[in-house]
Amino acid sequence: MAMPNAELKDNGGGTEPKIGVFVCHCGTNIGGVVDCEKVAKAASTIEGVAVSKDLKYACSDLGQDEIQKAIKEEGLNRIVVASCSPRLHEFTFRNCVEEAGLNPYFMIMVNLREQCSWVHMKEPEDATAKASDLIRMGVERSKLLSSLSPREVAVEPTCLVIGAGIAGIQAALDVAQKGFKTYLVEKEPSIGGHMAQLDKTFPTGDCAICILAPKMVEASRQKNLEILAYSEVVDIDGYVGNFNVKVRMKPRYVDEEKCVGCGVCTEKCPVKVPNEFDVGFGMRKAIYVPFPQAVPLKYTIDAENCRQLQGKKCGACAKACINDAIDYEQQPRDLDLKVGTIIIATGFDTYIPMKKGVYSYWESENVITAMELERLINAAGPTGGHLIRPSDKTEPKRIAFIQCVGSRNHKLGIQHCSRVCCMYAMKNAQIIKEHDPETDIAIYYNDIRAFGKGFEELYHRIRMDYGVEFIRGRPARLTTDPETGNITIRAEETLLAKITERDFDLVVLSVGLLPSQGTMPIQKMLSLPTSPDGFLQELHPKLRPIETAIDGVFICGCAQGPKDIPDSVAQAKATASEASTLMIRSKHVVEPLTASINDELCVGCGLCTDVCPYGAIELQDKDGQIKAVVTEALCHGCGTCAAACPQRAIDQLQFSNRQIMSEISAALSHEKAAGGE
Amino acid sequence: MDEEFNPKIIAFCCNWCSYAGADLAGVSRFQYPPNIRIIRVMCSGRVDLSFVIEALRQGADGVLVTGCHPNDCHYIDGNKSAALRAEFFTEFLEEIGIEPERFRLEWIAGSEGEKFARVINKMVEDVRALGPIRSDDK
Ligand SMILES: Cc1cc2nc3c(=O)[nH]c(=O)nc-3n(C[C@H](O)[C@H](O)[C@H](O)COP(=O)(O)OP(=O)(O)OC[C@H]3O[C@@H](n4cnc5c(N)ncnc54)[C@H](O)[C@@H]3O)c2cc1C
Repeated sequence: MAMPNAELKDNGGGTEPKIGVFVCHCGTNIGGVVDCEKVAKAASTIEGVAVSKDLKYACSDLGQDEIQKAIKEEGLNRIVVASCSPRLHEFTFRNCVEEAGLNPYFMIMVNLREQCSWVHMKEPEDATAKASDLIRMGVERSKLLSSLSPREVAVEPTCLVIGAGIAGIQAALDVAQKGFKTYLVEKEPSIGGHMAQLDKTFPTGDCAICILAPKMVEASRQKNLEILAYSEVVDIDGYVGNFNVKVRMKPRYVDEEKCVGCGVCTEKCPVKVPNEFDVGFGMRKAIYVPFPQAVPLKYTIDAENCRQLQGKKCGACAKACINDAIDYEQQPRDLDLKVGTIIIATGFDTYIPMKKGVYSYWESENVITAMELERLINAAGPTGGHLIRPSDKTEPKRIAFIQCVGSRNHKLGIQHCSRVCCMYAMKNAQIIKEHDPETDIAIYYNDIRAFGKGFEELYHRIRMDYGVEFIRGRPARLTTDPETGNITIRAEETLLAKITERDFDLVVLSVGLLPSQGTMPIQKMLSLPTSPDGFLQELHPKLRPIETAIDGVFICGCAQGPKDIPDSVAQAKATASEASTLMIRSKHVVEPLTASINDELCVGCGLCTDVCPYGAIELQDKDGQIKAVVTEALCHGCGTCAAACPQRAIDQLQFSNRQIMSEISAALSHEKAAGGE
Repeated sequence: MDEEFNPKIIAFCCNWCSYAGADLAGVSRFQYPPNIRIIRVMCSGRVDLSFVIEALRQGADGVLVTGCHPNDCHYIDGNKSAALRAEFFTEFLEEIGIEPERFRLEWIAGSEGEKFARVINKMVEDVRALGPIRSDDK
């Protein structure tokens, strides 16, 4: 619904403007440069100004009392406060005039401090003249202000969490525990994310699955929390408090209600394929759970590899299942959800060298990524935690780690530091040393970043107690001996200023963290901004680290940027808190700066719909004519549509065309007079 | 007339980045000449070309539009619209015989107070060198 556009019809209530101008000295901050008394006197001569005063400190109680008194005694209906930046005190003075019975949007501020006295400290006369100009601009604009009321939108007390790694699980648990219905959507058959694949966790060495599995189980038991695993979000529209979400549940070909997770089906399944969860090292069947602690513990048939689903004769699992849970006919199912808040926790992907030649990853079997190593040293992994190298299944005695593979690499166009690789390399070096202290380990690094709690201590320990060698320098070339499978690393050791060649049995690439493929469709659906590194961008890098440009949408974990588990959990808890705050309030207040459309002028060309960053404008049939219509709750008030409209049929409340034009004219009134316009 | 020509420049600043950058210039006491009048808008994408034309017609010697850096727009990509319009507008000025340097689009982040002052200093200097717009151009 378009808002009745009061502003364009009259100048706010139809009454003659009676303007009060209050010029603040701000001690000597303004008064030390600008002659405030003179400026106030000059303002009093502008048409429409009923009161013009200079005040020592407008924001002080005394100053505010003075403004309120003038409103009441003189019947002022427009207030111009010429003081500091509106970014600082707009709310203060809006409240002040509202308390005196005036609509808060009848107050505007003129910036005499940050944008006048402080930047023209040595030119008091020119600064004073400029201050007068600025006030005239404010006064002229104030005449065109209209009474507005902030909009309130209802907030559905339901939360959607997308992605169920440690960040998403924690966020969903926290929101659900506060009593709100929560959906946790995960695209894989089980929740858990990358953490489920890790062996131990730095810096303390806790077993990853041992601390994660209880949380996964808790999530499955938590009241109010509904896990939608093996599901994807396919559509989101709506706005804060009122998002409409379509979730597609992919067919498992197993009836989740009937499957008890006994695993008899897997035993009988004749097809063996590499298990993605083990990064290709271990094998799984075509009907499988990715790992034993999977939640939900429901089997899934991988349609691409299942003989029955590929049209060949089999049916082994169906025959084996005592609960009759196998359903080869299962179809995707769509769920429509209405949620008030969204938390995005879609995590990261690790860098995989794509080109041949990058550290011989594709040329040599004995060059592996850190994720592959995590599985190879994991007691629940394909080798039962016994580290062997891929080429000949022997125990490697000389191992090299290469840091910053796919991080801090300008040639690859990846500038960011992945923040966890220094530490996970040290962690894994320690685990290997604990198994076999005779193993020689060298870490090729650029800089060691051991910045977290307990990190520096681990760095110290593995050098001093475990004798891991740190070599500063980026390897230039890896060559593999075709007979032994051993690898020679040629590198410039920058601390020794020497080029060396060393032989290793196994090389581990400490691959960086990249924005996940799974994040992209969600980012597109919501038009969320990304930072230059490709991760989702927070609203403010310091003060609003988990909010986004879209109200009601929050981000946590590695979807926002590379980080470790403790930081992911902390962010997750922050998003849960923010989302819950919004839902507890049950209403969300939005500034009434929305676009408003004049139907008489609109020709339905649709240019506005193209430029709107939020999809807030739609073309609709109105009595047989196509007209643009603004969904107010979606409109963020940028005004881009107003500038794009060739018919000038769109205007923006509080920043209307006429208001802006009035400022331009007032700013140039001397020039017009002088130039004989 | 040997009095120095004192150009008047209208600057549109978006609330989230460049107006904040202008505030930071003040907080940091970076000095620039008092020749500019800032008009606050929510987004650089709000700046209608008619505002620019009207400013020049009413006697401004230059117009500056400032917004958030690409990809940093508070409104996702309102600044992209501003950039497209700026391109078009520069061509338009050339066509009607006004020096295109009188119109400028700059990306200034909230953290770039120093840049804000630098941009203003440079623009005032450049427009001063150009002199007033010849009245038959108006
Ligand atoms: C080799 C290695 C070792 C590490 N070791 C440690 C360590 O020892 N200690 C430590 O603190 N940190 C460690 N880390 C970092 C740790 O893995 C991360 O901090 C943590 O996994 C981040 O969790 P997350 O939930 O943000 O992301 P993820 O674990 O990536 O989870 C994201 C989840 O979202 C799902 N998803 C993605 N897109 C969608 C979509 N569109 N719809 C539905 N679901 C979706 C994914 O399938 C996944 O389950 C290590 C990282 C690596 C690569």
